[in-house]
Amino acid sequence: MKWLSQNVETVLSLTIAHLGLALPAIVLSLLIAVPIGRLAHGLRWLRNPTIAFVGVLYAIPSLPLFILIPSIFGTGLRSSATAIIVLTVYGVAILVRSAADAFAAVADSTLTSATAVGYSRWRIFWAVELPLAVPVLIAGLRVVAVSTVSLVTVASLVGISSLGTLFTDGFQRGIIAEVVAGLVVTVAIAVALDLLLAGLGRVLTPWTRHRREAAV
Amino acid sequence: MSLWQETLAWFVASDTWSGPGSVPQRLLEHLAITAGVLGLAAAIALPIGIFIGHRRTGGGIVVVLAGAARAIPTLGLLTILGLALGIGLGAPIIALVILAIPPILAGAYSGIAATDVVTVDAARAVGLSESQIVRSVELPLALPVILGGVRSATLQVVATATLAAYTADAGLGRYIFTGLKSRDYGELIGGSLIVIVLAVCLDSIFGLIARRTTRSSLPKKSHTKRNQ
Repeated sequence: MKWLSQNVETVLSLTIAHLGLALPAIVLSLLIAVPIGRLAHGLRWLRNPTIAFVGVLYAIPSLPLFILIPSIFGTGLRSSATAIIVLTVYGVAILVRSAADAFAAVADSTLTSATAVGYSRWRIFWAVELPLAVPVLIAGLRVVAVSTVSLVTVASLVGISSLGTLFTDGFQRGIIAEVVAGLVVTVAIAVALDLLLAGLGRVLTPWTRHRREAAV
Repeated sequence: MSLWQETLAWFVASDTWSGPGSVPQRLLEHLAITAGVLGLAAAIALPIGIFIGHRRTGGGIVVVLAGAARAIPTLGLLTILGLALGIGLGAPIIALVILAIPPILAGAYSGIAATDVVTVDAARAVGLSESQIVRSVELPLALPVILGGVRSATLQVVATATLAAYTADAGLGRYIFTGLKSRDYGELIGGSLIVIVLAVCLDSIFGLIARRTTRSSLPKKSHTKRNQ
């Protein structure tokens, strides 16, 4: 506690840096994974190869990606852009599968009805498929949010500032309180984001609540 | 020299393949850490998951625990354990076991809990004891899901076992950390490529096993025909 009270400002600025890496990566993962997941769902032959490929992405140890990405994208070795791209790769790896499952969970009869009442394909996607895919999508996004927030810490090993800096610095100087502070704040952010997304999911799908009340 | 040329140079260097700290030795260490961690995690998580799954209540706790564990950054856990236990393999092994438990636990619980209640009741009705039901009805039916949990735990542990080199002189992560420190990125990328290939190999093995177990847990059509 003494360490924390003397270093509140450091922890705060690292928390902001942490969120500055995690939040863009989570949003980018969603924007990239949903179209890929929809395509993989629509084109059956594409589904299994895509899911196998993103499975392999997930097997890549994170540390080397922090060196590989700059050589591919030309971003700076210690820039936040590098960290955001690395985190997005893992986010996409998790979320593509959920997205494909989410669209598969939409009943065919619903889509046929939408066609029958004259919806265009474009409108079916935005007004029927996407909203109905939200529950499964949100479940996937919650996993991505939590694991991204915790993965950001690895960036500290290559010198990109985040709450993980408290781990490397604390380890070098032998200050357990510093490491514990980093751990607690990271987990707290992850839990907060998780709850926030769960709430968002509930707001976006009012019909699921309705059904539950009707059942009671 | 470009990054890829450096990597190639590392792969063809004779030091890479023989002597102390060469690839065969690091690979064996990495596999030993992975196998040990998975064995420990399975010994803890499988019985608990099967027990809770068989009772079919208390599943909420498993889901909450698995989610909470995912939020713990492995690097932070490793650092705390490293400071507490000192340099060595103890810290990474405990940290990796904590990483591996949630997926195995979730797989065991959901696999067992998802076996058809009618099937289980039928087994009970013909006089099977509870332990017989678990062993010869629920476990075989749940095997594909349980293996799925072990599979994703394996993938995570193989990739994350590279962090073991942060506190111990062991595993393929050695190349990554040495390469990072000495800015020898050829060594770093080379070491990581070996980890990726290892992960893909292990995943394919699980894929093969999964195909076998799924097939054997489904009713065999040709079999029933022959019986008629």
